[in-house]
Amino acid sequence: MSDVLLSAKNLSVRFGGVLAVNNVSFDVRRGEVFTLIGPNGAGKTTVFNLISRIYAPTTGSLEYEGRDLTRQAPHHIARLGIARTFQNIELFEHATVLHNLLIGRHTHRQTGLWSELFFTPAARRAEIKAREQVERVIELLDLQHHRDALVAGLPYGVRKVVELARALCTEPQLLLLDEPSSGLNVEETEDMAFWIQDIQHELGITVLMVEHDMTLVSKVSDRVLAMNQGEVLATGTPREVQTHPGVVEAYLGTVDEVSDLRRAAA
Amino acid sequence: MRFIFKTDYDQDIRLAKHGGQVFWYSLLMALLLAAPWLFAEYWLAQLTFVLIYAIVGLGLMLLAGFTGLFSIGHAAFLGVGAYTEAVLVNAGWPFPVSLVMAAGLSAAVGVIVGLPALRVKGIYLGIATLSFGFIVEEVLARWESVTGGNAGISVKKPGLFGWTIDSGTGFYFLCLAVAVAATLAILNLLRSPTGRAFVAIRDSEISAQSMGIHLARYKTLSFALSAAFAGVGGALYAHKLTFISPDQFNILQSIDLLLMVVIGGLGSVHGAFLGAIFLISMPQFIALSKDWLPPAIGQAPGLQGVVYGVVLIAFVLFEPLGLYGRWLKMRTYLQLFPFYRRGMFKRQKSFQRSDRLR
Repeated sequence: MSDVLLSAKNLSVRFGGVLAVNNVSFDVRRGEVFTLIGPNGAGKTTVFNLISRIYAPTTGSLEYEGRDLTRQAPHHIARLGIARTFQNIELFEHATVLHNLLIGRHTHRQTGLWSELFFTPAARRAEIKAREQVERVIELLDLQHHRDALVAGLPYGVRKVVELARALCTEPQLLLLDEPSSGLNVEETEDMAFWIQDIQHELGITVLMVEHDMTLVSKVSDRVLAMNQGEVLATGTPREVQTHPGVVEAYLGTVDEVSDLRRAAA
Repeated sequence: MRFIFKTDYDQDIRLAKHGGQVFWYSLLMALLLAAPWLFAEYWLAQLTFVLIYAIVGLGLMLLAGFTGLFSIGHAAFLGVGAYTEAVLVNAGWPFPVSLVMAAGLSAAVGVIVGLPALRVKGIYLGIATLSFGFIVEEVLARWESVTGGNAGISVKKPGLFGWTIDSGTGFYFLCLAVAVAATLAILNLLRSPTGRAFVAIRDSEISAQSMGIHLARYKTLSFALSAAFAGVGGALYAHKLTFISPDQFNILQSIDLLLMVVIGGLGSVHGAFLGAIFLISMPQFIALSKDWLPPAIGQAPGLQGVVYGVVLIAFVLFEPLGLYGRWLKMRTYLQLFPFYRRGMFKRQKSFQRSDRLR
């Protein structure tokens, strides 16, 4: 449990005059569920975008299994075993669920252009193999009913699951989930919690997630990191972080402000 | 309504999804094979043009319909293919070799044009390809020692190991064979990882990248393949016309090609063929209707341009999925009769996508 999979050291990123992430350091240990929490605009998604190389950090380092992530090309991140979902869902809208998941198998392709143009027996075997892997994920996440449906026609809750499924199809070691429960109802959120636990325990995948729903966070996270305005407030177990005075202040304001509000209400 | 019960992965992969498709496409193939004996010489020539345009259309469909990159200079690739073929065949090269060279040279030019596609998107890519089209047209006109300049160049009959294809029927079968091969190649590509990577780039670049798709490589590949198809089409086009000049590969030709895939239906292989049929048959209809229209309209110059423009606007407004989309709706109506609902094909409200990450 203790060996470190992903390690961020003094990570900072500046967009013009805005310091979106300021001197953030954390370690994600192999096999754990590590959650980033914090108010809107705290820089959580920016940290994700730094890991998936959509942005480059201004200073600081990101190490994944001892490799410097900031030197990798963006499309190489998936090959290293890092998959992600997006806060606002970035699926391939005009393709079926099955095709979306098959695109998730892209890093595992074994065929070249020419064998695909002629669809040689090798290409056919590779296609069948990809489908076998995809079916396992469909089974795990109960997507059988939607297999051949176009993503454009699916309800929001299902799209969220399809995106998770697509990330799992890459067979990642580290899964980045950007607000997995946003827009889901209570029941769907509970399903999501079970799936995250399954992913952690049965598939042995390390999960790094951004989440606002504290029930879900306390249920599945091993460790939590709270951020505010680009800086780290606290790190620890969900309970420790929730009771940390700095975190309470970031969410609710200072004790004085809260008591002022109470008085004003009374 | 047909429900396909899949019990095998092969069922999901094979091209013909059910017996009905096998039947109809076999019938279509039989009809095309019998065409020389069914149709008069003139109509066979038109059918040959449909096949040639469909080959070019398949390439442009791959680029515009499946990868989401628009080229407003596609006639340039057609021109590169046509001139390569003309020069090589006139120099005595055997046809299959010159055809491969035409495809190869077009693809190489496509790679060069694909380079700006890595940096620019949407309308800017359109302008880049548009100006590229002008450059190629100009090169074809000025490089007189090779292309014959504005005077044009005549093209010899395609020769195949001492045997020359000089009849319209022979050339028709040649075009048919190439068109079938091109269609199979596209269909194969679309059911394998490369084709899916193209679709992924079209729908969301950001998540395509996070799935491990090398955006630059696949965009360039799409341009190269698309140009290769246009090059093959151009080579056949040169033989069909027997005489080519730079003004056949100008902006109007490019717009015709784009019109073809948009009206046919972006994002469908059928669309390339339906668009080609539209593009070839429309001038015929216009010519026929000229006698019925008042002379002030019927004899007016530029009538064809106006009709094309109106049809394009009508399609964009009322049937963005093109002729193929219209056919799908009609087919569903008949399959579900009498249970078809009006809003069935209405796109559901799409959810907000993250603009920040573009």
